[in-house]
Amino acid sequence: MNVAPALLALIQVMAMIAFTPLLVGIMRQVRSLLEGRVGAGVGQPWRDLRKLMRKEPLRAPGISWIQAVGPIVLVVSSLILCALIPLVGTIAFPGLPDDLFVVVGVLLIGTVALALVGLDAGSAFGGMGSSRHMTIAALVEPTVLVSIYALSVPIGSSALSRIVNQRIAEPATMAAPVSLLAMVSLAIAVVAETSRMPVDNPSTHLELTMVHEAMVLESSGRDLAWLELGSWLRLSAMLGLIGALALPWGMALEVAPLPLLVGVLTLGLRLAVLAMALATIEVFLAKLRLFRVPELLAGSFVLALLAVITSYLTVTV
Amino acid sequence: MTAMSRTERITVTEQGIPDVFSSHLADGFRLRMVACHEDESGFRLVYVLLRSSDDRRVELVLPVSRDEPRIPSLARLDYAVSRFEREVRDLYGITPVDHPLPRRIVRHGHWPEDWHPMLRTTEPRPAFSEDFGSFPFLSVEGDGVYEIPVGPIHAGLIEPGHFRFSVVGETILRFKARLWFVHRGLEQLFEGRRPGDALEIAERVSGDTAVGHALAFAMAVEEAAAIDVSQEDLLVRALLLELERMHNHIADIGAMANDVGYGLMNAHALRIRERMLRMNEQVTGHRLLRGGVLIGGSRVLDLPDTKAVAALAQEVAELAELTLSNATVRDRFGGTSVLDLESARRLDALGYVARASGRDIDARRDHPFIDLGDALEVVVESAGDVMSRYLLRVRETVVSSRIIADVVRRLDGHTGSGQAVQPARAGAGLGFVEGWRGLISHRVELAADGRLTRTKIVDPSFFNWTALPVALADTIVPDFPLTNKSFNQSYAGNDL
Repeated sequence: MNVAPALLALIQVMAMIAFTPLLVGIMRQVRSLLEGRVGAGVGQPWRDLRKLMRKEPLRAPGISWIQAVGPIVLVVSSLILCALIPLVGTIAFPGLPDDLFVVVGVLLIGTVALALVGLDAGSAFGGMGSSRHMTIAALVEPTVLVSIYALSVPIGSSALSRIVNQRIAEPATMAAPVSLLAMVSLAIAVVAETSRMPVDNPSTHLELTMVHEAMVLESSGRDLAWLELGSWLRLSAMLGLIGALALPWGMALEVAPLPLLVGVLTLGLRLAVLAMALATIEVFLAKLRLFRVPELLAGSFVLALLAVITSYLTVTV
Repeated sequence: MTAMSRTERITVTEQGIPDVFSSHLADGFRLRMVACHEDESGFRLVYVLLRSSDDRRVELVLPVSRDEPRIPSLARLDYAVSRFEREVRDLYGITPVDHPLPRRIVRHGHWPEDWHPMLRTTEPRPAFSEDFGSFPFLSVEGDGVYEIPVGPIHAGLIEPGHFRFSVVGETILRFKARLWFVHRGLEQLFEGRRPGDALEIAERVSGDTAVGHALAFAMAVEEAAAIDVSQEDLLVRALLLELERMHNHIADIGAMANDVGYGLMNAHALRIRERMLRMNEQVTGHRLLRGGVLIGGSRVLDLPDTKAVAALAQEVAELAELTLSNATVRDRFGGTSVLDLESARRLDALGYVARASGRDIDARRDHPFIDLGDALEVVVESAGDVMSRYLLRVRETVVSSRIIADVVRRLDGHTGSGQAVQPARAGAGLGFVEGWRGLISHRVELAADGRLTRTKIVDPSFFNWTALPVALADTIVPDFPLTNKSFNQSYAGNDL
């Protein structure tokens, strides 16, 4: 019977679409308040999206279909992530595995779509942003893969729902060295993947330092709205993944009204807590010199590798 | 003021100028400006040379015929003169013969070939034409080398500048800046005005340097008309100059942190700056200190509370300490975009850019209009990187607060005479002021009725912009905004 997983996936997607702009709003508001500014309020990203959605996109002459399709591909890939990752509950599709390799693959589709959009207009900034973005992505994807792989070794499955289930059943495993190492490296990778500090400054207006912003510089109107929403959804999906692994409580284990309601509420809570934590840490960080970013990511990869080695050692012992 | 007799004026000929010029350079003089004048009889170029060791001023006057407007190029003797010659060529149509790089400098590529905006006969607005060819990309060839054009319209609120990077990967091989997008015909606006009415234009040469330019202008007029200024009024001017230095330094100390993504420190710097600006408003009635300098005098509404100024400087020092306690910030600042001392000397870099590279120059000491005593300490750093420029400005802020305290003590409640003198005689005069960016030079000429016939303005940015490409060699592209901020040169003051 596939109705239950499909329903869960639908709920996850709806919840994420509803939560994500608020989440970005919370992060910006936390930053504003910590810097002693009033801030635009948590609803501003919603209002921005609504405004952009109503606007006709202006496209540079000589642009290809990528500019129109890329943003949609990004949003769709992010929505698939939201459906695959156990966010509200841990019931997987029997046919379509919520396998970690699938998740990383879908993530990469979004990355490539965004990079192509950056390249499409042929402006120097888009190309520069895309080149930096791909450099970072090439260093990040293996880390995501290896760190979750470390978590999958003890239970012998790379399905995220089973990993999360096991963590709910035995919370003690979360404090194990394997889990801690893997989580730290995953967190660094997520920060880099979603263009946050100290890898990229989401609030910069300096076109020569941008990574993410440089790629969307040539987009406007609806195109820009889709790109923003897609990127934000990626951020919240990745935060959701970290949340599911670090704070898995409240997940719906069956598709029934009450567990689902609890699941959605705890998802919101988890995301809000993580977003506030991320925004708070960001305030005290400065942006790394671009050539230092690989060092940071290499460090996180080493942590992930250590996690894998440790996991094999603990399994055999 | 004893300035009247200080300037030695030598009339030279086309054949004689290279020798006279180079012998003065060898004597330790540096070229501060080349001012062109359109007289009834023809053109007249004035090369202003200044020596910082003994504050000697020399003007070389070169008459140029109107029928055959050309001058011998001195570009091979000095870099600065090569740029002034191009400026004169663009604005007046006087050809520097045998110039090694006779490209346009002031004139935008869209301006017609035979249109020279400073000429009296010129119609104010030419018909613009399509032309990008006048600023060709210098092609850099090699594997993986590409070009990035940036601006003049930027993603943020910045003045217009067009930058071209030739990069390999992220490393800058070569950098060219195309400025001069904001030509307002400012020097022409002075012509025919009474100096008192022209002060407001001088205050707007570069919005952040209201006092610096107004003071240099006033001093030039006072020298031209032999106007004496009382000791108290000179002290008030020194006070205003340091207040201006402080508020600009504070803004940039925050902005540099912001450019490495440390917005928290910028928020605090802006908070401190806002208190500074409110203090400025109490002192002069204007947040950016306009209206304090007058021809022949100066006035303030109130003297600043020295305790509050000292507290602000203390906060700035703490802010810098907090900023630099972040390892990432230290890494971003340290060793980034080094301007070596030799280049700083050769390009004649001025102000904090020069001092951060170890060049010990400061007009407050070398060309003083008042003796600041022990309160003035000329801060010099040696490394020439972004960190040096940052530290230097932090330390200068503290020095400025000490000067303010000392000047307020010496003023003893005096708020300036408030007298404004109308000059009523012909003459020419020079004004040199260490503005917050560096040495500001003004030269004015007055007609017999005291009206201005010509004002020539040189902002330190005219010199310092040329140092930016040198500092950027082997820097990576994402460090450009930080480097540019650490120089923070004026676009409006450079173009006029």
